[in-house]
Amino acid sequence: MSIKNYIKIKNLSKSFGDVEVLKNINLEVEEGEFFSLLGPSGCGKTTLLRILAGFEYPSEGEVFFDDANVTSLPPNLRPSNMVFQNYAIFPHINVQRNIEFGLRKENLSKDEMQQRVENALKMVQLEGYENRYSNQLSGGQRQRIALARALVKQPKVLLLDEPLGALDKKLREEMQIELRNLQKSLGITFIFVTHDQEEAMTMSDRIAVMDEGNILQVSPPKEIYHNPKNKFVSQFIGNINILGAEIKSVSNENLLIEVDCFGSMQLKNYQQIIENDRINIAIRPEEITISKISDSNYDYNFQGNVKNISFYGESTYFYVQLNNSDKILMVSKNETKEPFSENDNCFVNFSSNNLKIIKD
Amino acid sequence: MYNKNNTLFIYCVFYFAFLYIPVLLLPIFSFNDSFHMVFPLKGFTFDWYIQMWNKSRLHQALFNSIKVGIIASVVSTFIALFAAKAFTRYKVKFHGLSYGAILLPFIIPEIIIAVALIVIWTSMGLKLGLIPVTISHILFCTPFCMLILISRMEGFDKSLEEASRDLGENSFWTFWRVTFPLLLPGIIASLLLAFVISFDEFILAFFLSSSDQTLPIYMWSQLRFPKKFPHILALGAIIIIVTSLIVMTAYWLRNLGQGKKKDFSIGI
Repeated sequence: MSIKNYIKIKNLSKSFGDVEVLKNINLEVEEGEFFSLLGPSGCGKTTLLRILAGFEYPSEGEVFFDDANVTSLPPNLRPSNMVFQNYAIFPHINVQRNIEFGLRKENLSKDEMQQRVENALKMVQLEGYENRYSNQLSGGQRQRIALARALVKQPKVLLLDEPLGALDKKLREEMQIELRNLQKSLGITFIFVTHDQEEAMTMSDRIAVMDEGNILQVSPPKEIYHNPKNKFVSQFIGNINILGAEIKSVSNENLLIEVDCFGSMQLKNYQQIIENDRINIAIRPEEITISKISDSNYDYNFQGNVKNISFYGESTYFYVQLNNSDKILMVSKNETKEPFSENDNCFVNFSSNNLKIIKD
Repeated sequence: MYNKNNTLFIYCVFYFAFLYIPVLLLPIFSFNDSFHMVFPLKGFTFDWYIQMWNKSRLHQALFNSIKVGIIASVVSTFIALFAAKAFTRYKVKFHGLSYGAILLPFIIPEIIIAVALIVIWTSMGLKLGLIPVTISHILFCTPFCMLILISRMEGFDKSLEEASRDLGENSFWTFWRVTFPLLLPGIIASLLLAFVISFDEFILAFFLSSSDQTLPIYMWSQLRFPKKFPHILALGAIIIIVTSLIVMTAYWLRNLGQGKKKDFSIGI
């Protein structure tokens, strides 16, 4: 059985007045996929979600749900439901009636209605909350009710607009796992908007990284992390060291470059770089090791000086200034067998196959 | 704490005395057994209230005022409701200008509106009476209703209406199931306030009512006859109490449900 693309977005643009907030977006989302739209505020991710929900209409382009063109369909006629950023629980009716709200047209008997509400509350682990009002619920509980209210409609697509943004860190992490489990067990397509890269990484099947109205990369989390397509993506996801580089010579297999601080290097040309491309070299902090003496297991060893140490519990970050250079490298380590303190001299070591070639 | 603000405290006492003593004289003299409104008080009597009860022209005037008040408050609240929805939810062309235009009757002196209406009404060959009074009261009350409803409308989250659309309701049902119940306290406040404004409005009614007197016009007409004066005091005392109750209810309702109160749902 081949998985089909449930949502298709074709050549979609959106302008508010003179401001173009989405620029020629093309995107396909598979049925049952947990798909995240990730980007800084103002990148257009929420507008894209609102277009999918039907609250905004694109200036150009089309949206398909299951091969049906829904571009000009109002929100009440779409097979999607939304969890709002501020949850939008109706304050004048209780939880029971909030959850029933979308079922009016289904002509259910009283018992069936009750059953649906109970199941929905069970799904979000809030049984017994039927008679509460919005102002008697905590932020996390409201979030769950909003989720139940949307899921009780049994939508094909669930749209989530930064639903965890207002929760504290611990609750947010719990909800991430819960949401992911819920999505897996229901098999519904989730479109999840967030500016939090960690959130997107932990939950998603695939992530679309957005900036200034463009989709820069659509890949699974690991691919995005290890193989970012450009500088913005590499910097937005996780920490990374980026160094400017100049192409000396280029062939189909190999690339000879001059890298800031590191000097000349030969790398495999896996990105099909051509002579006129502007490129950077990047390496993740955990791909560099720090040691007192030069470590010959690695291709490259540079001498430096530990400027700062930040301890995060599960890892420690060392900020190392390379000798004869202003460049500060970030190095992270899970455990420190060798104790370093600030201003110690050290070696940083890494292998050439950890170096990423990133287009500007 | 109190001692430090002695001067302020005295100021406050004078301030409230200035505001309320003249008004309080009305109920006091309404029980005084004399035609003249002078101290010392003569004796206690209910006569003026009984006399008031037996005046059929007063009943007619009261009935007129209530009729005008109800129609004016319902129509102006209705108009204001749609205007408030437009101003807060849609992109209105010339937003500032049209907003100002609707609120303009606030600052145009009533007498100007009265003169303008009397000119238009009579030049169309129509008879003066309660109909032009009602129309002028609608005109006069609408800005008040709009201010109440706009502030209420701005106070609630647009995403609630979006959530209703998202859950399958069209704009009509969204209005009845979400917008209307959330606005209800504001709508009732608007109705009550408009009613009170219309009920004690004098200038417009004076110009436009002709022989169909409203209550304020009736009261004014009775002042010429000294013997009829005390029952106006009795009437005034009752009006003070009733209108203060209505305004307090309106104020209480306006703040109701703005985040604190939980249950004012209606069965839709």
